[in-house]
Amino acid sequence: MAEILVIAAHPDLQASRVSHALRQAIDKAGFPPQRLELRDLYRLYPDYAIDLVAEQQALSQASLIVWLHPLHWYGMPALMKLWVDEVLAHGWAYGEGQRALRGKRIWLVTSTGGSEASYAPRGYNGHALQEFLLPQAQIARLCGMQILKPQVVYGAHEINDEELHQQALSFVQRLLDYPDGCEAPEVDEVLSCWSLPGEMEGTGDGA
Amino acid sequence: MEHDAQWLRLPLVFLAAAVLIVPLARWLRLGSILGYLIAGVLLGPAALGLVSKPATVLEFAEFGVVLMMFLVGLELEPKRLWAMRRPIFGWGTLQLLGCTAALMLIGLMLGAPWRLALGASLGLAMSSTAVALAVLAERNVGKTTAGQSVLSVALLQDIAAIPVLALIPILALSGANAEEEGSWQALKALAAVLTIVLGGRLALRPALRWIARSDIPEIFTAAALLLVLGTAALMQTVGLSMALGAFLAGVLLAESAYRRELETDLEPFKGLLLGLFFMAVGMGLDLQVLRDKPLEVLGLLLILLLAKGTVLTLMAKAMQIPVLERPLFVLLLAQGGEFGFVVFQLGQQTGLLNSTQASALIAAVALSLACTPALLQGAERLLTPRLARRHVPQGAAMDAQQQAPIIIAGFGRWGQIIGRLLFANGYEATVLDHDAEAVESLRRFGWRVYFGDASRLDLLRTAGADTARVLVLAVDDVEQSLAIAALAREHFPHLQIAARARNVRHYYKLRAMGVTLIERETFDSALMSGRSVLELLGEEPHAARRQAWRFRQRNLAQLEETWPLHKDEAALIAAAKQGRQQLEELFAQEREQRQQQRRKPAGWGQGD
Repeated sequence: MAEILVIAAHPDLQASRVSHALRQAIDKAGFPPQRLELRDLYRLYPDYAIDLVAEQQALSQASLIVWLHPLHWYGMPALMKLWVDEVLAHGWAYGEGQRALRGKRIWLVTSTGGSEASYAPRGYNGHALQEFLLPQAQIARLCGMQILKPQVVYGAHEINDEELHQQALSFVQRLLDYPDGCEAPEVDEVLSCWSLPGEMEGTGDGA
Repeated sequence: MEHDAQWLRLPLVFLAAAVLIVPLARWLRLGSILGYLIAGVLLGPAALGLVSKPATVLEFAEFGVVLMMFLVGLELEPKRLWAMRRPIFGWGTLQLLGCTAALMLIGLMLGAPWRLALGASLGLAMSSTAVALAVLAERNVGKTTAGQSVLSVALLQDIAAIPVLALIPILALSGANAEEEGSWQALKALAAVLTIVLGGRLALRPALRWIARSDIPEIFTAAALLLVLGTAALMQTVGLSMALGAFLAGVLLAESAYRRELETDLEPFKGLLLGLFFMAVGMGLDLQVLRDKPLEVLGLLLILLLAKGTVLTLMAKAMQIPVLERPLFVLLLAQGGEFGFVVFQLGQQTGLLNSTQASALIAAVALSLACTPALLQGAERLLTPRLARRHVPQGAAMDAQQQAPIIIAGFGRWGQIIGRLLFANGYEATVLDHDAEAVESLRRFGWRVYFGDASRLDLLRTAGADTARVLVLAVDDVEQSLAIAALAREHFPHLQIAARARNVRHYYKLRAMGVTLIERETFDSALMSGRSVLELLGEEPHAARRQAWRFRQRNLAQLEETWPLHKDEAALIAAAKQGRQQLEELFAQEREQRQQQRRKPAGWGQGD
């Protein structure tokens, strides 16, 4: 059980460049097990049979949770979504005063096939990336977590090796520095452009 | 003083002979039995004369056979014995009567009087349980069809020894009171068998439990020996076969918790005493007769082997023993046996046979015992390859070194599915199966399957076990599967094993060997059926799937927790009960939670 918990999901890791590079960077950094744990959902649960108890236990111990996944159809890979559905259960992660994740920090690290320019109102994808990340942000918010500024690797298929290397370095540097640089909630700054209605701080009333 | 020297000298001579000659015989690939027999001949009066009274040794050494039968009994639960009643009484009787008839016919044609021919034929029709079972154990083929058939026939012979021995005095026309004697004998025998069965059921297990609880290992060993010798003594008093009594006692304890312990305790005694027995047989070989009347003895030997061999070959075909196992069945039963010695001695005492006839018969039987291992060797070298060539389809014998990264042992229901999945994904695999007919039909369907027994080290090596990465252990037979796993673990530790388990017990045993990738053959398909049933009961398909997976995970976790207990039945049962209860409680709790949640669809829209 570690203080940094990386929940990684990629359904076809062998075909991935970005996820591969980021994970290799973690491996190379050689975190001690009590410092960082990587849970690779597609490897742990190839049959989509998630072990709720193990997942919740790992989450409870961590103070920083990293979601590491590519953007598939503008959202999470299917198993990651199932993980959210089942692990972040009512009565445990939210609702009825049970807020196991409250106050923990969450950091989304994701990649897209499209270029940065394609994520714009007039671009190929029609919306800014932040808008597609809205569900993730609201999930974290409902669980009372502090949201850190996401790291996004654009154009995963075209990105050159040097650039990818830099991205991986800055990714792992952030983890190595943790908790430095994470004290201040960057949420407001980060999400100011995420058209979140009402800007409620952990007191969100969905009505 | 001389007496003292004698008790020390005999064991010294025997142990030295065993230690020197048996390894030598094995090194010469003659098998340990032939080694013991040769050691016996050398020690006996005919050669070095180190032992003056082989008959006394033989009497003592018979306990080796008794112990062996006890251990055979231990392996056979009453249920299995009951299931074997047809082969025992059907094929066993056929063997005895068939061989007797064939031998007697030859005897009559050679001009022997019918009484003499019948008595001698009955004696010759018997086979050596000791040699047969020892060979089966040495080659680890006791569980094959041939092995089981040999056991059935040997058992019937042990039972039939009683009436046969009763018949000899009658044949000798020793008097009218023989018949009355016979029925009294039968009554006593029945009482003894009943005593053993009832005593074994009612008294033995509590007694063993009590002794085991004292926690003194040597006392348990002593009790085990006492039990076997006591049973044997009881049987002997009433004139029954000691071995049969010990066998019965073994069967009665086969289901008990002490089976393994008894086995481990008695095994070394069995081995040594059996060795002593074979040495005693070797010592008893009357080389004098052989020198005086070599042609007669050799003629008898030939008649014995040929007549019985013919009958047994016909039987093997009728019994549908796999072609390649037939030589084993025929040769193991075609030899003469210990009971023959007893029959001929009795025949001589009652005057049915004269001493020359008895000596010649005994020598023929002893020679047949001595040449059985060699005949088996010969059959294996000359006959089996030829049979294999004729019955194993073209190209199915694996003659060249294989290189594939995967070896599949067993290509039946289970292995084929794995094979098809692997081949469909472009992987090469070397497939082994030991059923010649299956191999032939698979080859007709275009599979590259090799004929062979994966529990043989050389074959595994040829199959590429040194370089392969994965061994798929898919054979049907539990014992064979365990044997292959043990072999692979010992000689090819780098080889990952993906094993099929017939049941939980098999799973535990594989797990205890360090095999981790084990699937129980019925578990997952049963879970799928379970899902269907849940759906039929109104559960949503997805919910049924999830519950089945949760159950699976729990079940596997529980197996992992309990396998270290697999030798302790009581602890295992307790753990299983507890696990089931926990699971039911957990699932009930979750059901309750889900219901509550449905009743109150709260949770979002209000913080806390």
